[in-house]
Amino acid sequence: MAHPAVLDAPVARPALPKIPLRELAPFMIFGSMLMMVLLYFVGAEQGAVSVVGGSYVHEFVHDARHLLGFPCH
Amino acid sequence: MIRPLLIRGMLVGVVAAVLAFIVAKTLGESQVGHAIAFESARDAAEGTGGTEPVTRTVQSTIGLFTGLLAFGVALGGLFSLAYACTQGRLGALGARATAALVALAGFVGMYLLPDLKYPANPPSIGNPDTIGERTSLYFTMMLISLAVVIGGCVTARRFAARFGTWDAALLSVAGTVVIVGLAYYFLPRVHETPEGFPADVLWRFRVASLAVNATVWATIGLLFGALTDRAVRSAAAVASTGERGVGVTGSLVTTEA
Repeated sequence: MAHPAVLDAPVARPALPKIPLRELAPFMIFGSMLMMVLLYFVGAEQGAVSVVGGSYVHEFVHDARHLLGFPCH
Repeated sequence: MIRPLLIRGMLVGVVAAVLAFIVAKTLGESQVGHAIAFESARDAAEGTGGTEPVTRTVQSTIGLFTGLLAFGVALGGLFSLAYACTQGRLGALGARATAALVALAGFVGMYLLPDLKYPANPPSIGNPDTIGERTSLYFTMMLISLAVVIGGCVTARRFAARFGTWDAALLSVAGTVVIVGLAYYFLPRVHETPEGFPADVLWRFRVASLAVNATVWATIGLLFGALTDRAVRSAAAVASTGERGVGVTGSLVTTEA
């Protein structure tokens, strides 16, 4: 990271580099898996189905789930 | 190459969660409170209901924040991966515009389109017996919306050479509207708002839900774009100084991406 002062210099913005899809593929697969787990825990755990017993997880993040728009009880 | 983007995405997600918490507290919690008052009155009249394992105070503070934080950090990380796929592939667009467009697509695909079919509901709306069905319908709708939005973006890029960027974007939006409209038409409806539930509370709750989600996505998209643009420019500045001076080679590609 450069010194902030250099940001004031009129530097033309260079074209953004493309990251090769081959490089991205494993991250995207991992990301998709993570997304499903996330959506499951914030969105569905102890609503329709349950991994952790009881309703503690459900009740703890209750308000966030409602306000984020997920179906809840 | 992806490391700095992923770290930035998750940090931006934390900021998004903090701002979303403020919006949720300001706009949302009062409506949740009204809805719970309605529910308690109904339960008392029917003689049902029971003790809750988590108090309202916990739910509306630390519980709310924990849920938003988990959601924000994960979403920020996922956003950065989507950004990494998009960067450099949208013609001459810079980091800020690219990040803003990716966030807009995410907001529309993950929240707005599914929510128009199956809107957010405050507590006391919804039959517990149908939660399984409603959950799968919501996620089905989300999956369709997300797939259609991503497909629309890719198609717009493909068509751009042939029809021009503007017309290609319009065609893709039209295609998205048609497919999502068909999904709206064929997926079953849910009518579970109880008799006598105050319409104002329902409306305000849904507006609050929209505001919370818009805050998350706008913060992630705009802040991530600003920080990435800054990093790109400072890398370019270092590179140009290097070329004039000691002749440091490499630059943006190694430093930034």
